[in-house]
Parts: sequence; structure tokens; C-alpha cells
Amino acid sequence: MTAADLVPAEPAPWATFAARRAEGRIPFQHCWSCERAVFYPRVLCPHCGSVELEWRDSAGVGVVYSATYLPARDGGGRHVLLVDLDEGFRVMGSATDDAGAYAIGSRVRGAVDVGNPEAEPRFVFAEEGPR
Amino acid sequence: MTHALRGSAVIRGVAESELGEVGPHRFPLDLLGEAVAGALADAGIAKSEVDGLFTAVGGRMMSNLDVGEYLGIAPSFTDGTMIGGSSFVSHVHHAALALQAGACKVALIAYGSTQRTDQRRPGRLPYPPELPSYEAAARPVHPVTGYALAAARHMHEFGTTREQLAEVAVAARRWAQLNPKAFKRDPLTVEDVLSARVVATPFTTLDCCLVTDGGGAIVMTRADAYTDRGTAPVYVLGAGEAHSHRSISQMPDLTTTSARESGRRAFEMAGLRPADIDVLELYDAFTINPILFLEDLGFCAKGEGGAFVEGGRIAPGGALPVNTNGGGLSFCHPGMYGIFALIEAVRQLRGDAGERQVAGATTALAHGNGGQLSSQVTAILSSEL
Ligand SMILES: [Zn+2]
Repeated sequence: MTAADLVPAEPAPWATFAARRAEGRIPFQHCWSCERAVFYPRVLCPHCGSVELEWRDSAGVGVVYSATYLPARDGGGRHVLLVDLDEGFRVMGSATDDAGAYAIGSRVRGAVDVGNPEAEPRFVFAEEGPR
Repeated sequence: MTHALRGSAVIRGVAESELGEVGPHRFPLDLLGEAVAGALADAGIAKSEVDGLFTAVGGRMMSNLDVGEYLGIAPSFTDGTMIGGSSFVSHVHHAALALQAGACKVALIAYGSTQRTDQRRPGRLPYPPELPSYEAAARPVHPVTGYALAAARHMHEFGTTREQLAEVAVAARRWAQLNPKAFKRDPLTVEDVLSARVVATPFTTLDCCLVTDGGGAIVMTRADAYTDRGTAPVYVLGAGEAHSHRSISQMPDLTTTSARESGRRAFEMAGLRPADIDVLELYDAFTINPILFLEDLGFCAKGEGGAFVEGGRIAPGGALPVNTNGGGLSFCHPGMYGIFALIEAVRQLRGDAGERQVAGATTALAHGNGGQLSSQVTAILSSEL
């Protein structure tokens, strides 16, 4: 690590987050002081208060921490998941397959859906292995 | 050693406004004003004597200024703590501190909402933007998604069942049937709850609180003042606050709320234990809430809340009376219910609760919840010091 790798107090965490997410990445920050993941992005570490935060990208693999399914009144519906990513942070996301169940504790792999220009890019997860 | 705040402040007056659906020509401050007039009359204290104002009104940036202007009150101490539905229990704590410090002599806590009527108004009120959100892209429906995620996790970790959640709604309805002011009083069974429309698994519509209009107000003074007026005082023996997050994805553990800390602080100040409490008023925004709070406040062990509520234990005639007015699930829920938990606790301690009166109740616990299990505030009240 060199000083050049360190990002000083990030002036616009949301802008950086949104720009990286638009490129299909799952961005988070790493705190150089306490070595913990920081999500959502901030200008200081909520664990230790350090401002020495570095942007990183998650591989998108994790475990379902909790899940709920919201049926639509006209049929169909959607999942809302909380996923604990292996890098050590939790995100809210959607599911690629809006049928079936996403069991709490199951392994999932996520990506960023940037396909709909009308909608904000979203984190979508699929169960690892055959469904 | 006795905590300096224990029993130093009293609640002297309480009242609700008209509840339910009040029609399109009235607004939140009208209901707040109705409740204030009622609470002052109940306390035997004139509006001109109010010098401490504690309020939170949804969607208003400067609630205290709006409310002070509307009521014609220019307070010497003002507190607009806004932590969702738990705000008013927090106001009781803050009022006790302000009264003890001499910052004010008569504290007024007030709330009003026309949430139900607002749904029918053209051009709904603009709320302040809350962007950016790191959750919005997943399209959660606030607040039900957050509570559903907590319930799903509780079921996964502890084997809590769908039926046990439903028992909470059924108990609330049975209490509501004893309360003529309750919004929903028709019979309700576990089967009815399970077969209702699913909103967000595991919840159906009947696991979710009502959407009503309503206002409430509370008048407090020091215990050693105004002893010649109004109804018998209810002592504030203990109060505790805690909050841990705002958005559900930031909640450290979805099965443990910071009611653990707020409850510990309130019990320590009161010098009491859960076994000493006669009646509980727990903010039941969703059926999982009382289960979590019974655990976190120490009425049963973590994970045992589902089994604890089985068999009508918290219903009329059960071993532990919980939400004796019918709660947010069946009595009234205008968006921030906490003030109604307090009002019901006071009514029970005064013996004013009619058919639903818990015989011989001298201690009550009122617990407020705000956000998405985010903020937890506990107050312990008693008719005796
Ligand atoms: Zn850190």
C-alpha cells in the first residue's frame, strides 16, 4: 500500500457508488484502520471513525440473511433479500428469478442489473447451483 | 441507590382526539388540538400554564413551531425529538429531565395525524426527500418489508411459527372487543389471519397495523407540584432510550432490538424487574413486534417469544395483559402509535379502563418503537412511588 492508494475523505460517496454500480460493479469501501468493510459508502468508517477508506468491488457471492416475497395484487411478485456478502457487508437486493423461494442460509451469487434505462441499477441474486 | 429521576415527574392528564376516520376537512393539528384540550382538562391545568412543549408530527420539518403557533403556546423549553413512533415515550423521558432541572413547570406532549384521510385527499402532502437510498433499487415497501425480513429471520433462527405470529393479532382483537373506541372489533381467529391476503411473507394484511387518523396528548409536572388539581398522578419511575440504525439492512441483528438496552435502562432507574409489571403496552406495528419486545425487555428468553404468546397468554384472561386497548393492530394507528401506548398505560393505572381494566394494576410498561425496529424507548409508570 502506498499513500496514493488511500482515498481521503470521499467528498461524494453516493456519486462514486452510483458511477461504479453503473459499470456493473458491487462497490463497497474498505477501512485501512480497522480492516473492516464499510457499506453503505460514507465519508468516515462507522466502526472506528477513520477517514482512510478505499473503494473495492465485491465478487458478489454471499449468503441469504433474510428474505421476503411481496406478491403483486395482479399475480406475480418479487423477492427482497438481505445478503451477507463474503467481503463482510450486507446489502438489500432483488432476485433474478421471481418464482420459487430464496431460503435463508442459502448461497447466492449476485450481479448488477443495468439493463433497464428507466430504473436505478439493482443488485440481483441467484441461488448457486441448479434451481 | 435510588435514581434521582425515579418518580420525580408525574403524568397528570391524558386524552385522545376523535380517532378512526375524521373526514377531509380536518388536519393533523386539529386532532392534536382536540387531544391537548382534553388532556389539559383532565389534568386541571390551564393552557396558559404550559411552558414545555414536546411534539413530533409526521412530514413537518418544524413541528414545534407549527404546534406552538396553533395552540398559542410560547414555551420556555421545546423538544422536537423525532424518532418515529417512539418519539412520545422519549418525550416523557425528556420532559421528566426538563421538569427536574427546572427548565419548565408544565410539560405538554402532543401528536396528531390524519394518515387515513390523507390517502383520500387529492395531491398528497409532499414529504421531505430521503435520498439517497442504498435499498431503493430492490423496491422494498416501507415499512412492511423491514419487519417481514425480521419476522422471517426470527422464524428461521428460533422456529417461531406463522400461527404464533397470528396469536398476537388475535389477542389484540380480543382486547379491542372490550374497548368501545377501537377501530376493529369484529371477531378474529388465527385461521382468519393466516388466510388473509399476503403482503410480504410471512405477513398477511392482518399481521399489519391499522391505518387510521388520531391524535393524543399528555400533560406532565413535577411530582411535588400542582398536587391540588386534577386526577391522581401517575409516577414516571423509569425511562430508557436506544437506537441502532435507520434502514433495515443496517440493523446489526434482525432478531434482537435495542429494546434490550432501553428496557435495561428503564428497569434500572425504576428499581424493578419484569416480574413486577402488571400490564404492558408494546408498540405493535406488526405481529412480530410484541414477540421481539417480550424477549428483549426480559419477559421471556431470546427465541421463546413465539411460544410465550401461545394459548391466549397475552389476551384478556391470560397470565400477562399486553396491549389492553387493542394496540396498533386493532385499536388505532395513525402512523406514530407510541403516545397511545402511554395513554392506555395511564388509564390502566388509574383504574379508568372500563371493561378491559386489569384488576389491581399498579405498574405498567409502555414501549415505543420507531423506524424499522430502529428506535426503542421504554417507560415504566406506576400509581405508587
Ligand atoms: Zn474502520
